[in-house]
Amino acid sequence: MSPLLFLILTPLVAAALVMAGANARFVALVGSVTNLVFALVLLAVFPHGQGYQFVSETPVIPSMGISFILGADGLSLLMLLLSTLITVAAVAVAKTPEKNARWFYASLMFISVGVIGAFASIDLFFFYMFHELALIPTFLLIGIWGSGDRQAAAWKATIYLALGSFVLLLGLIGLYLLQPDGLRSFDLRKIVALADAGFLADGAWVYLLLLVGFGILVSLFPFHTWAPQAYSSAPAPAAMLHAGVLKKFGLYGLIRIAVPVFPEAVEQFANVLLVLLVGNILYVGYVTISQRKLDWMLGYSSVMHMGYIFLGIVALNPLSLTGASLMLFAHGLSIAALFALSGELRERTGTLDFSELGGLAKAMPAFGLFFGLAAFASIGLPGFVNFAAELQIFFGAFAGGIPLFGQLDGKEVFALNNFQIATVCAVWGVVISAVYMLRAYRRVFLGTLSDRWARLPEISGLPRVAVAILLVVMLVFGFFPQILVNLIAPALTWP
Amino acid sequence: MISPVALEIAVVCLGIFLLMFDAFLAKSDKRVIAYLAIVGLVTVFGLTFFLKSASPGMDFSGFYLTDPLAIFFKRFALLATVLTIILSIDYAPVVARLIPSETPQAGLGEFFILPVFTCAGLMWMASSADFIMIFCALELVTISFYVQVAYMRRSAASLEAGTKYLILGALSTGFLVYGITWIFGMTGQTTLARIQSVLGMVPVENQTALLFGLGLVLVAIGFKIAAAPFQFWVPDVYQGAPTPVTAYLSVASKAAGFVVLMRVLEPFLVVPAIREKLMAVMAFLAAATLIYGNLAAMPQTNLKRLLAYSSIAHAGYLLVGIASIGSISAGRAIVFYLFGYLLMTFLAFLVLVPAAKASGGDDIANFNGLARRSPGLAFALLISMASLAGVPFTVGFLGKFFIFEAAMTEHLYLLVVVGVVTVGCGFYYYFKVVRAMYWLPPADDAEAVIVSPLARIAIVCLTGAILIFGIFPLPILQLIH
Repeated sequence: MSPLLFLILTPLVAAALVMAGANARFVALVGSVTNLVFALVLLAVFPHGQGYQFVSETPVIPSMGISFILGADGLSLLMLLLSTLITVAAVAVAKTPEKNARWFYASLMFISVGVIGAFASIDLFFFYMFHELALIPTFLLIGIWGSGDRQAAAWKATIYLALGSFVLLLGLIGLYLLQPDGLRSFDLRKIVALADAGFLADGAWVYLLLLVGFGILVSLFPFHTWAPQAYSSAPAPAAMLHAGVLKKFGLYGLIRIAVPVFPEAVEQFANVLLVLLVGNILYVGYVTISQRKLDWMLGYSSVMHMGYIFLGIVALNPLSLTGASLMLFAHGLSIAALFALSGELRERTGTLDFSELGGLAKAMPAFGLFFGLAAFASIGLPGFVNFAAELQIFFGAFAGGIPLFGQLDGKEVFALNNFQIATVCAVWGVVISAVYMLRAYRRVFLGTLSDRWARLPEISGLPRVAVAILLVVMLVFGFFPQILVNLIAPALTWP
Repeated sequence: MISPVALEIAVVCLGIFLLMFDAFLAKSDKRVIAYLAIVGLVTVFGLTFFLKSASPGMDFSGFYLTDPLAIFFKRFALLATVLTIILSIDYAPVVARLIPSETPQAGLGEFFILPVFTCAGLMWMASSADFIMIFCALELVTISFYVQVAYMRRSAASLEAGTKYLILGALSTGFLVYGITWIFGMTGQTTLARIQSVLGMVPVENQTALLFGLGLVLVAIGFKIAAAPFQFWVPDVYQGAPTPVTAYLSVASKAAGFVVLMRVLEPFLVVPAIREKLMAVMAFLAAATLIYGNLAAMPQTNLKRLLAYSSIAHAGYLLVGIASIGSISAGRAIVFYLFGYLLMTFLAFLVLVPAAKASGGDDIANFNGLARRSPGLAFALLISMASLAGVPFTVGFLGKFFIFEAAMTEHLYLLVVVGVVTVGCGFYYYFKVVRAMYWLPPADDAEAVIVSPLARIAIVCLTGAILIFGIFPLPILQLIH
């Protein structure tokens, strides 16, 4: 049996124990920490650059080539590390609700089962199924324990994501049918091998289905409107797990499936995706600036940052793909830290409206410091792993496409191609991020402290430790990104 | 080792025995009959595993088939009937109140016995491969359903449902007989296998007449499976009928309709000209049924009526399978879908009956806060709704997965797009029920929900089966292979 099964079963067992009546918070915490330690052990014993490891295979529907296949290479291992780390942080900052506390923690554990299962699956059928498994508890968390207009938010997210999932399912069935009869399977390794050998029928329409399906799940412009509403209503741990990990599923899927199997289609439709991702960065970026509440602003900012990762994917070169993969990890950490802190803030003040807050850093200096660091990371300040990722994406994307030369006075001069124009817009996005993040920081933590907030308690205990760990990880890999790059690079393919 | 024919004979004998027994049981508790019926049907179900291997002679007659599909649907009918009787036991007090009688339980016996006869009809339908046989079996099923639907004689809704079902049922029977007449007239055969063999010899100018006959037969079957535009009777009949009969009607009657549809279409597919037209008609029916069923389900506030529309919607997905019958995986997909549909629909009704009894109605609002009143029942209904909607790790998901796979193999992309959009609608209305159970507070006067032990066992088994076969469908797929 694959040791990865242990990673899937630990949260499952924890969820079962929680439902059976054990101390919910304690069991969830122990389970998630155990999983994190185990993921680190796997990372330590992982032999670099040798493809999928820890593989196990159990046939489920042999006639259709569906098997339960677990396995991990560098990229999936990085995502597994992210999943386990964010799970620990989410459980640590979770506030035990008064009603249905068991269901609450069991739901968190189920999200963890789903994301770990998805990232550890090589079989696309189970890859898909595990993702869906993680979505259901997310809806429950938003609908039952959320704040604000939680039911409308849960509703909208359910409809959008269910629709996106079924489009994705069609894409996966299409991918299955593209394979020659008799060799069909859902095993990603076999599909990629068939594609490399040229046995796959032309599949531009399958790529489009995958792009729309994954796109809805990742809140690609213009399918993004569910995300800010859902994140602003979700309880902090649910927002952390969804924005931090679960949403990365779609991008991971594109890197894993679309890039190796349909490189021609990615190139063919690159301009469409470039327009959409610039929409993500610029349009959603400006919408973010106009937000009046911290949680909505963070929700929009997480939508906006997806644009960078799409840019890294569509440019299709080693540098940009490495950057995109690294950004999956980096953005997961920074958005999780930000949602954790905004959840803590809501817990203390009851409001996240900029107009009611101000000067909080005087009352809670450590809180202010943490938020500031997380905000810097999110902007992509040098020193954080986000910077390393964004830099690689920008450099990679600028080198993307066919170099273009214009004519000036009969001489050939350098001109920008579509990739370079998109990169220019994306770099603008960094400035936009800086504007809204720093403005939010100023309005919440600087300025005059009203008497209402003078006695706010400082961030302490487990939440403090959890956020600190997230920040430290971002800083460490910000200075030594080569550790992660060496892990990811062998897992990536490009045309 | 017994002959497959013995199964139906055993079921009919069981029914006659119970009728006689009922006559001598004037004073005591009529539920004894229900328990006897369950024991008898379960015994027959057990016998299906000791059948003589298919005798080529019998299949050769082309009148009565014993292929794996037939055996599978015989078991299907038995299982559905057992579940219906379990539901009826819980529902008996409501029926007893709504039939005019001198003693408390007079007239209740037949309520448990009629499904047994229906079951025999369904089992014959599963095996029939001749239009005469199909007609007889179908009438046995339909006529016993007329009585069951209108069983609650003091309830205006039940009587209305019975009348509607009777009139439209008789009309569809007329269509069926007339259609058979035309097909017989053009081919000189009623046996499906022989029709197939002479079909190639029918002159091209006679094909229109043949198609006319087949069209009439399809109208009749469309009525049975509740395909749009022959679905008008469904919501009123389902809402007015006694709840166990609704469940039975929506599962067993529909499944039998689909088996007959598959059997009837098979011989006609060999002629390319007819095949092309047939598949276009099927694709149109599927799209219309999907769109009508799902859109009409969205505004419903009554759970029984919601399930009625949802049964139309599911007929739509099954018709997508029929429209892609050319693909080798389509037959398997349809059968698996029907099996999943049985599990999830009966589970929904098993929760609906006691919960509606405790809260005094079957509106969705009556289910508000069920999670707090009885978490177990709410969880079972959650699983059922999730499966009906098509959430992964349930049979409902795998059913849709197989259907869409077959449809895409046949390049029915437009139909698949309609299917996917309507799945989105499905999420909306099924989760409306979940929302009521988990998010809304219960009414103050809501009573505790009491579930009988037998129903409890059934609920646990069905919930387990939905999840287990949703992850590991191989045992079911092998049964049909």
